[in-house]
Amino acid sequence: MTPNWFKLASPASFYPTAGRLIPVFWILTVVLLIVGLYWGFFETVDRLGGNNPQKEYYRIIFIHVPSAWMSMWLYVVMVGWAAIGLVFNTRLSFMMANAIAPTGAIFTFLALWTGAFWGRPSWGTYWDWDPRLTSELVLLFMYIGYMALHSAIDDIRRADRAAALLAIVGLVMVPVIFWSINCPDPNQCAALHQRSNLTKIDGNILFAMLTMMLAFWMYSFATTFMRLRGIILTREAESTWVHELLTDGGRA
Amino acid sequence: MLRVFWCILIRDLTLALRRRTDVLTTLFFFVIVVSLFPLGVSTEHQVLRILGPGVVWVAALLASMLALERLFAADYDDGTLEQMLLTAQPLGLLVLAKIAAHWLLTGLPLVLIAPLVGMQYHLTETAIGVMMFSLLLGTPVLSLIGAIGAALTLGLRGGGILLSLLILPLYIPVLVYGAGAVEVSVIDLSDTRPYLTLLGAFLMVALIFAPVASAAALRISIE
Repeated sequence: MTPNWFKLASPASFYPTAGRLIPVFWILTVVLLIVGLYWGFFETVDRLGGNNPQKEYYRIIFIHVPSAWMSMWLYVVMVGWAAIGLVFNTRLSFMMANAIAPTGAIFTFLALWTGAFWGRPSWGTYWDWDPRLTSELVLLFMYIGYMALHSAIDDIRRADRAAALLAIVGLVMVPVIFWSINCPDPNQCAALHQRSNLTKIDGNILFAMLTMMLAFWMYSFATTFMRLRGIILTREAESTWVHELLTDGGRA
Repeated sequence: MLRVFWCILIRDLTLALRRRTDVLTTLFFFVIVVSLFPLGVSTEHQVLRILGPGVVWVAALLASMLALERLFAADYDDGTLEQMLLTAQPLGLLVLAKIAAHWLLTGLPLVLIAPLVGMQYHLTETAIGVMMFSLLLGTPVLSLIGAIGAALTLGLRGGGILLSLLILPLYIPVLVYGAGAVEVSVIDLSDTRPYLTLLGAFLMVALIFAPVASAAALRISIE
């Protein structure tokens, strides 16, 4: 018996599947966003910490932390698809990696941007050369490098493979970003970020944060699939199934 | 296998020494960039001493990156590279030989001229010594990582500017620890140890993986 999921590895059969899944992911995104934002705004404490508490502005955590998580996770997923593409030579894997990159870059940018707005009231500065900030900036550069290399090469096959290799090489930076926040000795690294420790966070805050992360995750699925459908149509424009699809009125 | 390594190394060195200006251009680029900073910022001793390590390292990064374009380009243009891909020898080894030659021509001169630019910045003798040593450990890493980027951007229009976008983010750890070693050497020489150890670790990791990755990149580019 042939495993069923190989069928979805062909762009022609994945295209309609992705089309059916997109609304599902959008609905999940909206529901989770509403729950997460409601919980974050109304069910959590107004001020955080002991003497010199963070006031309402700490609520930026519900955007900031999930987008920082997603920025790293999406890079790992992108590299995963790129590696699968290089090993098995499947077209769809490369398209998937391509579709993920812009979403990952946006989350990286969002993490930096919200971080700047959080940093202003709490640290007194928009930007500092904290290890976490710096390494997140490097991650943004790596997403941009991936997209730039891909668009600079005209031959699609070479572009896919070259960008995939670059992404894999860049993977060495991800552990650095991940551990830059848990610096073993605060005197050595001079980090402004606190050590992350999920068990110490208040239950309500954690719930809102995790819900927001799931919302962002569903959003990533939705946008990636939408972009993927575009990429599939562009690349398979010469094939018969795309012609049939377009002459049938584009319903799939 | 070692004979192939030597063969490529000596060939590349001979070719480069027939056209010495290429080598000297990189070196003088480095010296000029380093000399520009005091003119632009300040010529005060105290400021220069703080600025020195970082400026020298950034200039070294840029100089080694500018030279990277030539690493495979000439061989690619005249078809030598294609022949190298077809040989029975492991491509990683050939690439390593090319990288070694490239480093001897662009990295090593920077290490040797470092005392001179260090004096421009009034660095102490120990700081200059540490700077030379950190450059000696760090510049090969730059050549090794850079080779991956050079192989990926082979024959692309606007390859040079693209190369900088791909490679500079990966250079950042080397820059941080290379310049960091010189900075802490002012306080206490024994503090430089973790920095230099890490640079050595980078070199080992790059030495193992970069030739393989560059070889894979070359195969992708010349398919």
